[in-house]
Amino acid sequence: MRRLLSRTTTEPVVSVALDSVLELHPQVAVRPEPFGALAYHYGNRRLIFLKHPDVVRVVQQLAEHTDLAATLDACGIVPERFDAFVTALDSLQKSEIVRERVIAG
Amino acid sequence: MKRGLDAPICLTWELTYACNLQCVHCLSSSGQRDERELSTAEAKRVLDELRDLQVFYINIGGGEPMVRRDFFELLEYSVGNGIGVKFSTNGAFIDAEKARRLAAMDYLDIQISLDGVDAATNDAVRGVGSYDMARRAMDNLAAANFGPFKISVVVTRHNVPQLDRFKALADSYGAQLRITRLRPSGRGADTWHELHPTNGQQREIYDWLLKHGENVLTGDSFFHLNAFGESLPGLNMCGAGRVVCLIDPIGDVYACPFVIHDEFRAGNVRDAGGFSRVWKQSDLFLSLREPQSAGACASCGSFDACQGGCMAAKFFTGIPLDGPDPECVGGDGEHALSVVAPGTTPKPAMDHSKPVMLTRKKIANAV
Repeated sequence: MRRLLSRTTTEPVVSVALDSVLELHPQVAVRPEPFGALAYHYGNRRLIFLKHPDVVRVVQQLAEHTDLAATLDACGIVPERFDAFVTALDSLQKSEIVRERVIAG
Repeated sequence: MKRGLDAPICLTWELTYACNLQCVHCLSSSGQRDERELSTAEAKRVLDELRDLQVFYINIGGGEPMVRRDFFELLEYSVGNGIGVKFSTNGAFIDAEKARRLAAMDYLDIQISLDGVDAATNDAVRGVGSYDMARRAMDNLAAANFGPFKISVVVTRHNVPQLDRFKALADSYGAQLRITRLRPSGRGADTWHELHPTNGQQREIYDWLLKHGENVLTGDSFFHLNAFGESLPGLNMCGAGRVVCLIDPIGDVYACPFVIHDEFRAGNVRDAGGFSRVWKQSDLFLSLREPQSAGACASCGSFDACQGGCMAAKFFTGIPLDGPDPECVGGDGEHALSVVAPGTTPKPAMDHSKPVMLTRKKIANAV
């Protein structure tokens, strides 16, 4: 079955918060670049510039920690920057680069 | 980004110079196959390299890429290696069966070229019968439930008034409209002066894009229009050799699809080190990633907005690379064009146009 470009209806609409449980979207590839990284979503064909190495690290480690706050802690992000990361991750969720974690079971 | 990326994000790969059409503005002067074209095995080796470089997708074109006998084989090999494919076609070979085969594939986008909303406007540029050909392909893709394919329009003086109707046509198919800028490249060098939009039309295109920009693709090709004011969506820079490049059918790597000329040839995928070495180490690409001089445009208040425009458009109209774009909306292009000595404009590196048929030549001479 061909995967179409249109958005799937199962994507979350809830805004990202510090207790959000997220993961990198399985259809997204992240390629390191001198300025950070490029993220490409093979489904919706969106290409997103991740313009800071910290954002890249956080995005790549989302699935390894209990929630966003724990991921930020683990990546050594100081609490003063948490709000900025919530905003950034919210925008990345809207582009479907990250999504609510799907627990296999 | 002006310093370049580790791998291109917009890589065009023209698979063949062979084409069933002879569009008067063909940017690669296509028509006849070149005997030096990459073999299937060589093409697969290039795809292996692109996979290792993590190139997300490639834009395949030609010539008409579907005339290659290994077209589907290469398509499947690419997608199977995680490299998405967008390919441009005139639609001649998308019959009902091929449409179903294409519709069954993931990570594939198709662009059908159409340069007029009616046969008269389109066929004057793309050749007799090409309008019906394209519409038949669209009908077949729609019938096969391909999903949102793209209708790709090169904007000319004759189709600017049709932009709304192109949008309506795309909407009627559930397709996406893509409009791009006409460049004086390939055979386009011979027709650009008659076909490129007038100064008044430049404003019309800009206003239309501001109104519809979010839903219309442009390949970021109209950034020279940003000098009108508010910036259009997109990268707003010339990506040649920095984020963009072209692999031509014989493996030559150029800075962008619109500069098939020795001056912009960075190397060949058959050279030692392959494509990767050309992208990362060629003198040409490294120099394009250095800060570029604003030249004659340095004192213009709009330079930040338009970045001096398109390198290819300047080059093939004979304007210095640090001069204004020939379609500079401030009017500086017209002056720059007027001082180009006749007969001094650069010629493309190669011409694969089909020879003109003798009968047609005779008639043309008799008139």
